[in-house]
Amino acid sequence: MGSGTVYSVLLLGAIVCAYRAMTATRILTSTIYLACVSVAVAMTLYSMRAYQVAVIELSVGAGLVTVLLVYAISVVGDDASDLGSVIPKPIAVALTVLAVVLLGWMGFSLTGKNVLGAVPPLVKSLWEQRVLDVWIQMVLIFAGVLGILGLLAEGKRSKSHAGPREVEAPRTVKVVPPTACGFPTGTPRQAEEHREEVRA
Amino acid sequence: MTLSAFQLGLAGVIGLLGVGCYGLLITRNLIKVVIALQILIKSAVLALVLAGQAGGQPGIGQSLAATVIVADTMVAVVGLALAVQIRRRFGTVDVSAISTLRG
Repeated sequence: MGSGTVYSVLLLGAIVCAYRAMTATRILTSTIYLACVSVAVAMTLYSMRAYQVAVIELSVGAGLVTVLLVYAISVVGDDASDLGSVIPKPIAVALTVLAVVLLGWMGFSLTGKNVLGAVPPLVKSLWEQRVLDVWIQMVLIFAGVLGILGLLAEGKRSKSHAGPREVEAPRTVKVVPPTACGFPTGTPRQAEEHREEVRA
Repeated sequence: MTLSAFQLGLAGVIGLLGVGCYGLLITRNLIKVVIALQILIKSAVLALVLAGQAGGQPGIGQSLAATVIVADTMVAVVGLALAVQIRRRFGTVDVSAISTLRG
């Protein structure tokens, strides 16, 4: 079996799984089909000698994203069959066909040359030529950590959605006479007597 | 007519992109919107690797594809977090029912 047949089978499987992911009535089924798309794309990348990218795609696309989707579905719910289309389906189909035809017209006009040529090391490209991408990836991973915190955080009820606030009872101020605090009251003479009592 | 490997890959990229666009246009469920975005970005990853190899610089294409995969994952995480919080606040994940605008 030639490489062209392998490409055809993998890419056709990816497209069919993607279509099934979009038309399935249960979101969990869509998630499983999305994982199948990731596997097919990863195998295609591997056959194109992009080994590192294939491994990243397989572990992240078919692993991490699937786990996150399953967790979100467990919180949100599985059924999506009652929701209709945003725009009428004929218009959506027409727009999609138009985009595909335009892309095909522009893409197939390119000449296919050196498709599987010599592969220079990815290490040099990633760590020397595209070092800015590495920094961007670090920032993105930090944003992803914050996103996971948002995913796992419990919802707080805002003040506008909370119930009527209870009316607090008026505070009573207890007036303490100065003598209770040890300060003398009355005339200066009485104050002097008080000081003598304290000394005694 | 025999298609070359580049043309087969390009056909796969266009097919995945078409399915992703179609899904993005027809769905109203936020989780399915995230799934449609995932499909779109997978086609972009495939296109980057394909373009890198077609242009004779596969290393750059692969490094960009790795960056796009990381960005794709973060988009999924943030989108799912938004979906979960919207479900808790509004009780639905229908994108047309979560507007708070009046008038």
